[in-house]
Amino acid sequence: MKETPLSNCERRFLLRAIEEKKRLDGRQTYDYRNIRISFGTDYGCCIVELGKTRVLGQVSCELVSPKLNRATEGILFFNLELSQMAAPAFEPGRQSDLLVKLNRLMERCLRNSKCIDTESLCVVAGEKVWQIRVDLHLLNHDGNIIDAASIAAIVALCHFRRPDVSVQGDEVTLYTPEERDPVPLSIHHMPICVSFAFFQQGTYLLVDPNEREERVMDGLLVIAMNKHREICTIQSSGGIMLLKDQVLRCSKIAGVKVAEITELILKALENDQKVRKEGGKFGFAESIANQRITAFKMEKAPIDTSDVEEKAEEIIAEAEPPSEVVSTPVLWTPGTAQIGEGVENSWGDLEDSEKEDDEGGGDQAIILDGIKMDTGVEVSDIGSQGGPKHWKNGADAPIILSDSEEEEMIILEPDKNPKKIRTQTTSAKQEKAPSKKPVKRRKKKRAAN
Amino acid sequence: MAEPASVAAESLAGSRARAARTVLGQVVLPGEELLLPEQEDAEGPGGAVERPLSLNARACSRVRVVCGPGLRRCGDRLLVTKCGRLRHKEPGSGSGGGVYWVDSQQKRYVPVKGDHVIGIVTAKSGDIFKVDVGGSEPASLSYLSFEGATKRNRPNVQVGDLIYGQFVVANKDMEPEMVCIDSCGRANGMGVIGQDGLLFKVTLGLIRKLLAPDCEIIQEVGKLYPLEIVFGMNGRIWVKAKTIQQTLILANILEACEHMTSDQRKQIFSRLAES
Repeated sequence: MKETPLSNCERRFLLRAIEEKKRLDGRQTYDYRNIRISFGTDYGCCIVELGKTRVLGQVSCELVSPKLNRATEGILFFNLELSQMAAPAFEPGRQSDLLVKLNRLMERCLRNSKCIDTESLCVVAGEKVWQIRVDLHLLNHDGNIIDAASIAAIVALCHFRRPDVSVQGDEVTLYTPEERDPVPLSIHHMPICVSFAFFQQGTYLLVDPNEREERVMDGLLVIAMNKHREICTIQSSGGIMLLKDQVLRCSKIAGVKVAEITELILKALENDQKVRKEGGKFGFAESIANQRITAFKMEKAPIDTSDVEEKAEEIIAEAEPPSEVVSTPVLWTPGTAQIGEGVENSWGDLEDSEKEDDEGGGDQAIILDGIKMDTGVEVSDIGSQGGPKHWKNGADAPIILSDSEEEEMIILEPDKNPKKIRTQTTSAKQEKAPSKKPVKRRKKKRAAN
Repeated sequence: MAEPASVAAESLAGSRARAARTVLGQVVLPGEELLLPEQEDAEGPGGAVERPLSLNARACSRVRVVCGPGLRRCGDRLLVTKCGRLRHKEPGSGSGGGVYWVDSQQKRYVPVKGDHVIGIVTAKSGDIFKVDVGGSEPASLSYLSFEGATKRNRPNVQVGDLIYGQFVVANKDMEPEMVCIDSCGRANGMGVIGQDGLLFKVTLGLIRKLLAPDCEIIQEVGKLYPLEIVFGMNGRIWVKAKTIQQTLILANILEACEHMTSDQRKQIFSRLAES
């Protein structure tokens, strides 16, 4: 299936929200989503949930002959797959670009950082070594696959136990799990990827972008670090220009985040170890709550609702009187009525005239200025609140429009669309004769001022 | 008399069809067969019941029952094709046995004729727009299907805009077609949806619940602050409020409404109202 396109209004909304430091799910700029790690019954199998993004990791091992140029080292093999259930856009042949990028990043993060001691995987030099294979499957895509995948890989590797092997002279004995307890892998450190999404050419940054944020981001910076603050891999994609201090700041943030995540991982591993030792039940089936419907459960989103009413009051105070949700139609002229606020006025600077207007319809004030030319006569005729007052109060009154080309047009803000004025002029042509007089009157007033 | 007999017969026979009336409000699974009311009497114990022949034409009175979503006609019975609860609506007036349907829950939308949906314009090719509605194919929308549109006066629609329209053609054999005018030629609220605001996706069941005539959620939300909402039957909701904060709160409330009981919801609304 084709990916659902991102509509213009979503993109605009997300960028505006990011400019106001607001995220869709109420997180702060540097917050991660909830990470949940659960283990399966076999050693080396785990599921990591980063918010709604889910990755399944499975580690397996096999005795093979080593590579020719590395006779004493074991072999590591990483594979990340984007399952079709993760997103409708993932099809068997389709997601090649993203897949290649993710796989390369995983390899660089785990293999090149030498987090696993490959020398310890050697059984008989030149003949038999262990091949460790890490398979990662993306089960659900809600943004930030890289972080979830790297956590799943390292957790699975730490959790895995390989069969014990003993070498006596020429004899190699491979023990089954029943004969001897399986042995954990020798892991030096735990590299974890932290993603930073950049918006508006590097002005705003977010940690752990979710799927919507990833769609509108300009670029992505991934830093793989371990808890000793050693950078294992760093990658910047999207072609954005980053300043040196931005990168340094990101690495500091990454250091903090990696420390937290590593703590979480160690705690999860410890818990699982304890449960297995005590003989309790473990595995995926146990991590699912029994006798409870969890399909209809949703985590609470920490949306800030504290100052909703304040902001609303500010808006209302500025546009007095407070507007009703359902407004009655305002009759401008026989045949033309208006309900609601209408689109935003683009004629001139209205805030000054609004503030000075102490009475009079708040919403209507905006529209009055907008169609003042058309309804110049009618305003004074109807005697609607504050109509003629505008002209007296507004020291910098908005554009005075004349419908006669002979009179000189005084444009207060020449950079605002001159085109608009033209179209308004043509529409006001019918009222040419009667409205001429009031225009002249007004102009005289201004001259006096 | 017929029901206990048929139930007993069912336990004997194993996979006997159940009477639709007895299963109302219960969960039914795909593959089940349901008997309509007048057939229950016919299917008595054993099947062969002797009835006095009557010369009156009234004897074979057939009631016209409408088969709604999730049900299919299979001979004289109803075959369930979706799992969910069985519902029934009495006919308002006149004859007819009412409507039977299955209340199921899903996220993937299948275009249905007459549904009002929110679509995203993906392409403009010649005279038609391709609009993504969440189905298997993009729907086609002609530029003349807007109010006041003529060959010279084209609507101002860009790629990436949101459109609220209804389907005129939607079956499994053809690509769906939608329009933004009703049969009188008026827009009636349809057309391009404004520039700001937030679009998000929910399940189809939640949309149906929110669009029910007596939905409390919308009334309560409306009391909080002024807002604009558009519901699309394809699971998409567009909201707009005065500030971004309010829009985000709205979006999260509506998404969470699905998982909240009405008590929890009232709690949250009262907390919002007083804060």
